[in-house]
Amino acid sequence: MSSVVLPPAEISVSPPAGAQLNGDHPRRINARSTDDVLSVVGSILGSLAFVWMVYFQILPFSGLVGFAICWYVTFLLTYAVVTSRAHPRPIVVSRVMAATLTGAAVLVGLALGTVVVYTVIRGVKALAHSNFFTHDMAGTRPQDPLTKGGIKHAIVGSVIQLSIAVAVSLPLGLTTAVFMTEVGGWFAKVVRTVVEAMTAIPDLLAGLFVYVVLIVALGAEKNGLAAAIAISITMIPIIARSAEVALRVVPGGLREAGLALGASHWSTVRRVVLPTARPGLATSLILAMARGIGETAPLLIVSGASTFFNLNPLKQPMNSLPLFIYSAIRDPNPTMIERGFGAAVVLLGIVLFFFAVTRFLARQRVGRQ
Amino acid sequence: MAVSVETLDTPRVIHPGYPRVDRIFHGSARTVAIVVLVVFGAIGLFLGLKSIATFHRYGTHFFSQADWNPELNKIGISATLLGTVEVAIVALIVAFPLALATALFISEYAPARIKATLVALVDLMAAVPSVIYGAWGFFLLMPSAKYVSRWLHQNLGFIPIFRVDTDPHAAIWAQSRYTGSMFIAGIVVSMMVLPIACAVMRGVFAQAPPGEREAAFALGATKWGMIRSVVLPFGRGGIIGGTMLGLGRALGETVAVATVLFTAFEVKFRILETGGNTISKLIAERFGDATTVQLAALLAAGFVLFLMTLMVNTLAAILISRSRSGAATEI
Repeated sequence: MSSVVLPPAEISVSPPAGAQLNGDHPRRINARSTDDVLSVVGSILGSLAFVWMVYFQILPFSGLVGFAICWYVTFLLTYAVVTSRAHPRPIVVSRVMAATLTGAAVLVGLALGTVVVYTVIRGVKALAHSNFFTHDMAGTRPQDPLTKGGIKHAIVGSVIQLSIAVAVSLPLGLTTAVFMTEVGGWFAKVVRTVVEAMTAIPDLLAGLFVYVVLIVALGAEKNGLAAAIAISITMIPIIARSAEVALRVVPGGLREAGLALGASHWSTVRRVVLPTARPGLATSLILAMARGIGETAPLLIVSGASTFFNLNPLKQPMNSLPLFIYSAIRDPNPTMIERGFGAAVVLLGIVLFFFAVTRFLARQRVGRQ
Repeated sequence: MAVSVETLDTPRVIHPGYPRVDRIFHGSARTVAIVVLVVFGAIGLFLGLKSIATFHRYGTHFFSQADWNPELNKIGISATLLGTVEVAIVALIVAFPLALATALFISEYAPARIKATLVALVDLMAAVPSVIYGAWGFFLLMPSAKYVSRWLHQNLGFIPIFRVDTDPHAAIWAQSRYTGSMFIAGIVVSMMVLPIACAVMRGVFAQAPPGEREAAFALGATKWGMIRSVVLPFGRGGIIGGTMLGLGRALGETVAVATVLFTAFEVKFRILETGGNTISKLIAERFGDATTVQLAALLAAGFVLFLMTLMVNTLAAILISRSRSGAATEI
């Protein structure tokens, strides 16, 4: 970025006397010169060698985290000094900021990476046994070996609850989005404000609400349906918001073309707007499903954690993956914790699968012309 | 074209009234929107109604009492309320710089090829179930974070919030005093706050007018100079709004906090020390064995949480929408 001929100064800095202003090159903003590359690589290697020497050989330190922090700080200092030998202050600041921001982004990536990798490493032990997928926990004590018991009941419970939640929240969320973008008016603004505020309302409160209405007021027992309704309450605003974004990018010209041809508003929406936005709408649904299947807090309240297999969402508690994980990792028995991590890998796998699907859908960006 | 324009030049009626199918369409769409609105309104209304009795019975003691001990008829949320805010603040302090840096990296520095992938990764980070973050925080983060806690205690222990009730320099140090603290819970929550804040910030940064960017470069600004003078001022509303949205999430985070934080009912500011509580953790843990009175009190606590997050989120929504409509001068 700094392969500039012009003095890359802030506005107050006047061009130095020797500046070559004769060549009229366009400025290449994102190009990297040899100087850029070499000063980064040199600073990285130099600081690595220096810090390794001081940290491990001279000072009696050992921790890897401390080493990484010291290395990074030393790298920034080295980089600044190296740059300041040949460049004015603005370029030094710019380079150091670029390195700092990149470092922070890498740190975030590492954190996400450790979450995934650590879960998988702890979970493979339980996944290695096929009974983990084909058995439930009925009659299995927490301290029993991994060859007994499994999470079939939790997987099936999660699938049933998510299916019901999608059946409830997809029509409601999508219609709300259509109302907000296509029908409009002052009331749509009110709806949008409320939906936006609701996206970030703690999911726990959805559980409380369902508990108060369905279980206390109507006298039902804790069951899978209540859990599914709590999940769909948290999914509706997610679907409505992201579907609204998908609908809004449909070019207005398409709508006007449909209306100008004499089509009713309804058939314009049904035959032009919705098909055009289909990939975006599918993305919004799957994003909401990824969030919905990991929903734990409301389930703590409305769906009892059973150990047995239950296909009926209307009767008796129904376990689900997040709930199983939550109770398993709080168990004092190491084998139960292994099971919890095994279930966590399954859950993470489902979420990742949903994400792979959204990436696939997002690639087919523009709808059919 | 065969028809003469002169003779048939009757203007098309602009508002012919909607055909019936459209009236049905608009009506049903509006009905669904009203239903959604009513459901969401009912959440607040129900919680509010159910908590009236508690507020009547305990009055201001509900906010000043630290203990949650239904057997002794002592019910209050001062400790939990404080804990909720403390965990959220720690989470924001950790997440804000990282979210800002990540958003700037994705929108300004990342090569165009991998930009979409990075955006998807941030979305993925938001979708990783909080129970998995909880497990990660408890089993992986906590054993290493206690060294950070101890280091902070040793070197910054003179600041009251970094104090811990143990000797920091003891040869065999009391490791358990540093685990399950609000500090560690805050770090775990920051993992969930970060993607939310980052997504909002990145969205706003991406909308910074290209004309102004090019103007800054044309005046000789470096990349950072451009970011500082164009992108950051333009995105200010998004930065604040995204952070507020993250704060709303942090206040309500339940499962991860319940996993990592050890329970203690105590008004305390020593964030590095073990123990603490938040409203959502309280509700999640006490719900199972609650009597009717206690249930009402838990609902009242939930109502307080609802009001807090609603306030924060509404403020965030206003700030974000302002920044979008914002003072963009398109060249």
